[in-house]
Amino acid sequence: MSSAVFLRLENVGKRFGEHTVLASISLDVEQGEFLTLLGESGSGKTTLLRILAGFEEATAGRILLEDQRLDAMPPHKRPIHTVFQSYALFPHMSVFDNVAYGLRVRGCARAEMTSRVNEALEKVRMERFAKHFPRQISGGQKQRVALARALVNRPRLLLLDEPLSALDANLRLEMQRELKLLQREVGITFIFVTHDQSEALAISDRVVLLRHGKVEQCGTPRAIYSTPRTAYAAGFIGKSNLVAGVVRQGVADCGAFSVPVKLADGPVTFSLRPECIAPAVPGSDQQVQFAAEVVAEQFHGADSILTLRCAGGMELSARVAGPLDNGRGFAFEAQDLIPLEHE
Amino acid sequence: MPRARVSAWLVAFPPFAWIALFLFTPYCLLFCYSFWSLDASQQLLRHATLANYLHLATTPLYVTVILRSMRIAFSVVVLSLLIGYPLACFLVFQAGKYKRILYQAVIIPLWISYLVRAYAWKVIFGNEGVMNTLLLWAHATRHPLGFLLYSPFAVIVTLTHIYVPFVVLPVVASLEKIPHELLESSSDLGATAWQTFTRVILPLSLPGVLSGATFAFLLSFGDFLAPLLLGGPSSVMIANIVANLFGADYNWPLGAAVAVLILVMVLVILTITQRLERRWRMA
Repeated sequence: MSSAVFLRLENVGKRFGEHTVLASISLDVEQGEFLTLLGESGSGKTTLLRILAGFEEATAGRILLEDQRLDAMPPHKRPIHTVFQSYALFPHMSVFDNVAYGLRVRGCARAEMTSRVNEALEKVRMERFAKHFPRQISGGQKQRVALARALVNRPRLLLLDEPLSALDANLRLEMQRELKLLQREVGITFIFVTHDQSEALAISDRVVLLRHGKVEQCGTPRAIYSTPRTAYAAGFIGKSNLVAGVVRQGVADCGAFSVPVKLADGPVTFSLRPECIAPAVPGSDQQVQFAAEVVAEQFHGADSILTLRCAGGMELSARVAGPLDNGRGFAFEAQDLIPLEHE
Repeated sequence: MPRARVSAWLVAFPPFAWIALFLFTPYCLLFCYSFWSLDASQQLLRHATLANYLHLATTPLYVTVILRSMRIAFSVVVLSLLIGYPLACFLVFQAGKYKRILYQAVIIPLWISYLVRAYAWKVIFGNEGVMNTLLLWAHATRHPLGFLLYSPFAVIVTLTHIYVPFVVLPVVASLEKIPHELLESSSDLGATAWQTFTRVILPLSLPGVLSGATFAFLLSFGDFLAPLLLGGPSSVMIANIVANLFGADYNWPLGAAVAVLILVMVLVILTITQRLERRWRMA
């Protein structure tokens, strides 16, 4: 029986005694996908990665890679490689020997090994550093070597454990771009762990947001950003206003404004992204308009963050471009008001 | 001089004075003595001569004893490593919650007087000792084994027993310094446990092995007590010769020459191992 799924996690759980680190994670990953496990520390993202690598055993569930059980396989037999946060390069080996390590321990022929190592080093633009030792190269270069060391073995799956977190901000952006290009080029499935939501949005095909060992939300960066499922997701990924209201007969009353919704009666919380709020254009009927006073303005160059105080005391933050005329009317599209699930 | 500098000098003075008075001065005296000689009536002649060194080079006894001392010391190093390295690995990687107590167990023998421990081996290896009694009782042998005591064997076993902790401690330190990710990374890249050991753990622990081996070698090489208590005529070591020359023979100049020779050999060995160690640490 062959299913189309490349990697399947079925109810994978991990407990340390009484403490549940992962509670029943189920996830399908496609071949060639760039998937990011996003979460705060303690969300279980690293544990999940370590279970995939084989450094830790799941206490429940099973993992299938191309229909093969992965759980019982020792780490050194899995067609999976890891890029560690600390790079974990071997300090007593040159860059070349580090990259050659996986091929050597598998008894690869010398000529093939040399050409594959050189090819991998070229791919990460480190061919000039083959004879250097890890202590002689910079953090970004170590990062590249760690990537080459994993990719040279042509793994089915590459795991990356916060590989960019030790780099400074500029280098990090550059490496994000490179990593994404590299992944497209080699076509290997990447599972990337990070706690940095902007990195997750920038780099991934799909983001899995983890919280307390559970999947909070899963989707493309755009989908997860534009329609957060919960208040946690809305707050963790990007900035968001949480607007509380009450639904009565198809209309949500939020104090400063009322919006028609297709929801059952009762209390409700919405997410409203700051950039969805703009100064009102008079005469437009598609918009939800409301009056508010600007109590603070932070200028950020391309745009400004305004703190708005609406009637009834509710404060909203709005991200607007360009200078403000002194108008007190603001508006947003009704579809940008995203109802959140109760927790 | 600023006050901070003054107090720094004051703190540094006692150890400096100690070293100057009790180490440097005796070494200088020793060095001078080695170029002096005795006349027929055992009077010291303070004229520089190379006679002592020539005597050392031309008398086979000294060369034999020095080579024997090196052989014994080398055997001690090999045995200590064979026992100490696996023990250190076990302590670092396997012992888990028993690590602390086992580590203490390695150290505690160091608190017991060397003399007592050397005598203990005498009790074990003697003709009516524990070992022979056991072997006779088990009918493994008809007569007590004579080679156990008063032999290089006894000296090597005793010295190994005494210097194993000196090997274990630096090896444990160097094994503990290996980041855990390196081991995970190795197995992640497809290495078996044995390959991880030979390609990652062993090379990265070499500095510890080297400093442990240097300790064991130098301390065994210059040992005086074990050959005196447990060694027969066939296991006289170079320190015994020095002791005799200074004591019974009352030939201080010749004794000083032997001592200087030992000192030079020790310095050469230390220089080589330190260079090696630095290179391995850098890598």
